[in-house]
Amino acid sequence: MRPVSYSRATDVATAIGAVSADPQSAFLAGGTTQVDLLRIYVEQPRRLVDINDLPLNRIEELPGGGLRLGGLARMSDVAEEPELVRRYPMVAEALLLGASPQLRNMATIAGNLMQRVRCSYFRDVAAGCNKRAPGTGCSALDGINRGHAVLGTSDCCIATHPSDLGVALVALDAVVQTESPAGQRSIPIDDFFLLPGQTPEREHPLTHGELVTGIDLPPTPVAATSRYIKIRDRESYEFALASVAVAMSVADGRITEIRLALGGVATKPWRARQAERLLDGAPATTESFTRAAEAELAPAVPHGMNAFKIELARRTMVRALESMAQREGTT
Amino acid sequence: MKSYRALRTAPSPDHAVVRGPGEVEVHLQVNGESRRTTIEPRVSLLDALRDRLELTGTKKGCNQGACGACTVWVDGRPVLSCLTLAITCENREVTTIEGLSDGDTLHPMQQAFLDCDAFQCGYCTPGQIMSAVALLAEGHAGDDTEIREWMSGNICRCAAYPHIRAAVRRVRDEGGRGDASR
Repeated sequence: MRPVSYSRATDVATAIGAVSADPQSAFLAGGTTQVDLLRIYVEQPRRLVDINDLPLNRIEELPGGGLRLGGLARMSDVAEEPELVRRYPMVAEALLLGASPQLRNMATIAGNLMQRVRCSYFRDVAAGCNKRAPGTGCSALDGINRGHAVLGTSDCCIATHPSDLGVALVALDAVVQTESPAGQRSIPIDDFFLLPGQTPEREHPLTHGELVTGIDLPPTPVAATSRYIKIRDRESYEFALASVAVAMSVADGRITEIRLALGGVATKPWRARQAERLLDGAPATTESFTRAAEAELAPAVPHGMNAFKIELARRTMVRALESMAQREGTT
Repeated sequence: MKSYRALRTAPSPDHAVVRGPGEVEVHLQVNGESRRTTIEPRVSLLDALRDRLELTGTKKGCNQGACGACTVWVDGRPVLSCLTLAITCENREVTTIEGLSDGDTLHPMQQAFLDCDAFQCGYCTPGQIMSAVALLAEGHAGDDTEIREWMSGNICRCAAYPHIRAAVRRVRDEGGRGDASR
């Protein structure tokens, strides 16, 4: 790790001002991604502004029935919040199926969205990687790419977005709240995660020094019947090979409302809009679920070792939808 | 049981000051004692504990947040000291494996690990015990499935897992004495 200087901010304006003023500075929150990447020279700021003391760790009611998660709320605290568990169970499940207890005690909600990809070539400073060093090529295209994405890829980058939380949040149409010297703004979560395209180094629309202060969960009654299913190489403490966040309501055997998103298979937390369109109003049957899953995955592009993910994602979607239909007592 | 929470005698750092990148004086509260050391801001809590404060019970395994051998408590919660910069722990309370025993009297979880043969090489054991005490205190030791899930951040390459779970069960069944210093 390179030498770094350090300061600790106790108010948002000071933190934003310090980072904005210095292009070689960075916020330090839970540090679970950042300290790791500092140590292997993937990130090399010369100054860290510790934001752990900022008053941004609360979970608050929003007018109209939503919840605001403070950007610095820890994964473990959010997962245990009773109102979140009651109204948005898939968010709590996604959090508890991520990382380990120690990491969840450290990692913040905002940092979870800002975490970097786990592509081994991104982490290897000797390898070509368009995300880490634009223009140096993507070593994963013809490399060890079993864990890489099949949706949302480009010829520049096929790294999988690693967040579980993000998958549940895109299904909910969450809104990211930020603050910078230019003021505050609200960014719909689906716009917060950028596809790699020809600029994989750009993962978010944030400016340098712009801070994620919170995440708003809109009132979403259907989310009270939701779940998160995660398939991985081992039962715990592992990233997803395929995951599904689903919220669904059924009446008279037909789907009356559906939210569906995929993780582990795409370059950003993937809202399954094509599948949602087919499922909305459809009979809550395995046949419907299969047709919708296949339609969502029709544009999927395999890259050698990760071809299995297309079938795995299809099965995971069908299983998730079947389990919700059974819970609703309709099949 | 001892409580470390009240002991906050370390002077508050001047938050506005930019410190480093060279060595700076850092004040830590470790196992109820006020400790002072001179380190660069980039030094991890793990390295500060082991190399500066001579608390070598906490182990360095992967040094990248994957194995859990370096687990300590910060403000009473298990965290990975390899991914924590020591300077960020000023004004927080750090507890290491050395802080669990009461003199020569072992913490019940330490004794249970001995009695249940819950380790072979022993390198992951301090981290395992820091997680095990916390999971009991947090109420995540209901059955073996739950223990397995909440201990999954601590890897044991000797694969002593069945005996580790037996040790956790023993402390749980002897009356929940796992609640050490919370």
